[in-house]
Amino acid sequence: MDRQGNIINPSEDPKLSKETVLNFYQKMTLLNTMDRILYESQRQGRISFYMTNYGEEGTHIGSAAALDPSDLVFGQYREAGVLMYRGFPLDLFMAQCYASTDDLGKGRQMPVHYGSKDLNFVTISSPLATQLPQAAGAAYAIKRENMNRVVICYFGEGAASEGDAHAGFNFSATLECPLIFFCRNNGYAISTPTNEQYRGDGIAARGPGYGMLSIRVDGNDVFAVYNATKEARRRAVAENQPFLIEAMTYRIGHHSTSDDSSAYRSVDEVNYWDKQDHPISRLRHYMLAHSWWSEDDERSWRKQSRKMVMEAFEKAEKRLKPSPELLFTDVYQELSPSLNKQRESMWRHLQQYKEHYQLDLYDK
Amino acid sequence: MAAAVTRFFLRGAGSKVPNTGVSTRGHSSFGATLLKLSPSCNVRTKTQRRHAAHFTFQPDPVPTQYGPTQKMNLFQSITSALDNTLANDPTAVIFGEDVAFGGVFRCTVGLRDKYGKDRVFNTPLCEQGIVGFGIGVAVAGATAVAEIQFADYIFPAFDQIVNEAAKYRYRSGNLFDCGGLTIRAPWGCVGHGSLYHSQSPEAFFAHCPGVKIVIPRSPVQAKGLLLSCIADKNPCIFFEPKILYRAAVEQVPVEPYTIPLSQAEILQEGSDVTLVAWGTQVHVMREVANMAQEKLGVSCEVIDLQTILPWDTETVCKSVVKTGRLLISHEAPVTGGFAAEISSTVQEECFLNLEAPISRVCGYDTPFPHIFEPFYIPDKWKCFDAIKRMINY
Ligand SMILES: Cc1ncc(C[n+]2csc(CCOP(=O)(O)OP(=O)(O)O)c2C)c(N)n1
Ligand SMILES: [Mg+2]
Repeated sequence: MDRQGNIINPSEDPKLSKETVLNFYQKMTLLNTMDRILYESQRQGRISFYMTNYGEEGTHIGSAAALDPSDLVFGQYREAGVLMYRGFPLDLFMAQCYASTDDLGKGRQMPVHYGSKDLNFVTISSPLATQLPQAAGAAYAIKRENMNRVVICYFGEGAASEGDAHAGFNFSATLECPLIFFCRNNGYAISTPTNEQYRGDGIAARGPGYGMLSIRVDGNDVFAVYNATKEARRRAVAENQPFLIEAMTYRIGHHSTSDDSSAYRSVDEVNYWDKQDHPISRLRHYMLAHSWWSEDDERSWRKQSRKMVMEAFEKAEKRLKPSPELLFTDVYQELSPSLNKQRESMWRHLQQYKEHYQLDLYDK
Repeated sequence: MAAAVTRFFLRGAGSKVPNTGVSTRGHSSFGATLLKLSPSCNVRTKTQRRHAAHFTFQPDPVPTQYGPTQKMNLFQSITSALDNTLANDPTAVIFGEDVAFGGVFRCTVGLRDKYGKDRVFNTPLCEQGIVGFGIGVAVAGATAVAEIQFADYIFPAFDQIVNEAAKYRYRSGNLFDCGGLTIRAPWGCVGHGSLYHSQSPEAFFAHCPGVKIVIPRSPVQAKGLLLSCIADKNPCIFFEPKILYRAAVEQVPVEPYTIPLSQAEILQEGSDVTLVAWGTQVHVMREVANMAQEKLGVSCEVIDLQTILPWDTETVCKSVVKTGRLLISHEAPVTGGFAAEISSTVQEECFLNLEAPISRVCGYDTPFPHIFEPFYIPDKWKCFDAIKRMINY
C-alpha cells in the first residue's frame, strides 16, 4: 500500500473483508484517542507517567491480526495496540494507568505496564530486552506442547543492542523455537538515533548471522505488516524456527511524558511523518477508495470513540487504590513469616500514625 | 469533578482542528489536540492528589574555602564536576545512553558542544557494553566516566563490575587496573518510580571488594565527592539521588575541589541517639532529629555516611560509644541491606556501650511498589517511632 492507500502490488493484497479492515481502523484510531487522553491526563498530574504509541499503530494492529489469540505475546512497552486488538477493555487500560483497585497488576507498576493472562499477554517489565531470551524459552516449551502456537516478542531497535537480544536470537535459532521476533524500528531510542545504535544494515540484517529468517517491512503499511507476520507465523509453526521481522516506522510522540524530543530532533522531521506517512491516514485512504468509510462515519466514530475512552477514564479516576495489604503479597507465592511480621508492623504503624497517611484513598 | 472534566474534554473535542476532515491528507490528529484541558479543570479530586515529597532538603552553609560559588541544583553540580574534569584531564571521556544531548536527567548538558563529540558521546543501548568499554578506557590509562541511565538498569553490567572492574588490580598482581573508571547512576525513590526507577542497589556492590561506592546528599557534596571518585585510583560507583536533581539547590564552588572518600560527616552533634543514613535519607534523618528534640527532648547525632564502601567505621562507632543508641535507615529492603553490615560491625565494636538494640528502619522485603510507595519508604514517622522505642527500651 502506498501513502495514498493504493495497493502497489495486487498479488500482495491480503484481500481482507470490509469488516476486518474497519476493525483495523477502529482499533488503530481508538488506540490513538486513548493515547491522547492519557497523555493529557499525565500532563495534568492525574496519572504519574505515560507513553504514547503515535505513528506505530500499524505495526501493532497488523501484527496482532496475523496471530492466533492463543499465541503468547512478550512486549516491550509500546505495544498497547496489540493488547487492544485482543480485546483488552478500555476500563482495564485505565485501571492500570491509574493503579486503581481494578488493575490486574495490583497497582505495583508504573503506567503502561499492562498484562493479561486471559489474553496471553505477558506483563510488561521495564528493563529492556529481558523478554527476548524469555520468549525463546517460552517458544521452546510451546513447541514441546505441539499445539500449533507461536510466541511473538516485540522490542525496539534500541533494545536490540542489549546483550539479552543476542542471547534471545541465538538461543531461539539453535534451539529451534517457534518464535517471531518483531522489532519496531522507530528511528530512536529516547534521544539516540539509529546511526548511533548500529552501523550494520538495521536489525533484519542480523538474522542471517544467527541462521534466522528475517524480513524488513514498511511498518506504516498495516497490510504489509499483516502479510509479513502471517508468513512468519506460518513458517515458525511449520518449521519450528524463529523469524525476525523489522518493521520500519517512526515514533511521532515524545519517548514518554518524561521526555521533550524537541531537544534532539526537529519539528519538521516529526511533522513529515505525522502528515505524510501516517499508518492511520494510509488505511483511511484505502477505505475511502473502497467506499467503505465516509466523512459521516469518521465524525460519528470519532465522537463515539472519544466518549468510550472518556467514560472509562472517569470511571478509573473515581476508583480507590488497591489495599496496602497487596504491598506484601506475591513476593513469593506464600507470605513468609518474616514478611508477615513486616506486614503486621506496617499496619500497626499506620494505625498509630494514621493522620499522616492518606489511607482513605485506598481499599481496606 | 469528574463531570467537569468530561465537559472540558468534550468542549475541546468540539473545537475544530486542521486536518481532521476525512478527505484531508494529514493524519495528525485523530481524537486530537482537542483534549487540551483548560487549567481551570485542573482541580483535583481526592484520588488524584500526588503525595508531597517525603523529605525537606536542608542546604548546608555556603562553603568558603574553594573560591567563588554559584547557585546550582544537584544535576548542575554534577555537570560542573564533569566540566572541570574534561577541562583539566585531556584523556577524560564521558559516555552512556543519551549522554550526548545532555542525558535524561540533564547532567551532561552542553558538554558535548564544549568538548567535542569524541569526548562526550552516546553509546549503543547496552549497560554491560558501557561498563566493559569504560574498564577498557581505564586499563589503557585514560579517565572514563560512564553513565548508567538508572541504577535499576545497572544489573546487565553486574558481571563487568563485580568480576572485572573490582578484581582487575588484584588478579593481575597490580600490573593492570581500571582505577580511572567512575560509574555514575541516578538512584533512589522519586515518589512514583515503582519497581524499576526507584531502587537503591548499593548493598549488592558493597559485597564486592575492589569497588568504592559513594552517595552524596547535596549539590556541594555531589561535586566534591564525584571529583574524588574520578581522581581516585580505584573503580568507583557514584549513585546520585535523583529526587534531589532539581529539589536540592545550594551555592556550589565553580572551581574543582574534592571531599575525601571513606569519611563520614557528622552533620549534627547529639548525645542520646546516633542516626546514620546517606543520600536523600539524610534529610529525613535531619528532620527526625528535630522532631525527636521537640517532641521527646531527645538529642540526636546525625551522620551522613557518604561512602558506603569502604565505610568509615571509626566515626560511626565513636558516635555510638557516646550515645549508646543507633538507628540506621535506607530505602532498600532491610534484609541484606547495608544497614545490616553497619549494625553488625557496631555490635561487635560497641557491644558494652549499647543501651538498646540497634534499630534499622528500611524498605520492606518486597520489590519497590508504585502506588504503595508512601507505605513502603522509611519515612520520618517510622524513624521517629523507632527512636521512641529505643529510648523507652
Ligand atoms: C536495561 C535498560 N536500560 C535502559 C533503560 C532506559 N530506557 C527505557 S526506554 C529506552 C529506549 C528504548 O528504545 P527502543 O528499544 O528503540 O524502544 P522505543 O522507545 O523506541 O519504542 C531506554 C534507554 C531501560 N528501560 N532498561
Ligand atoms: Mg526505538
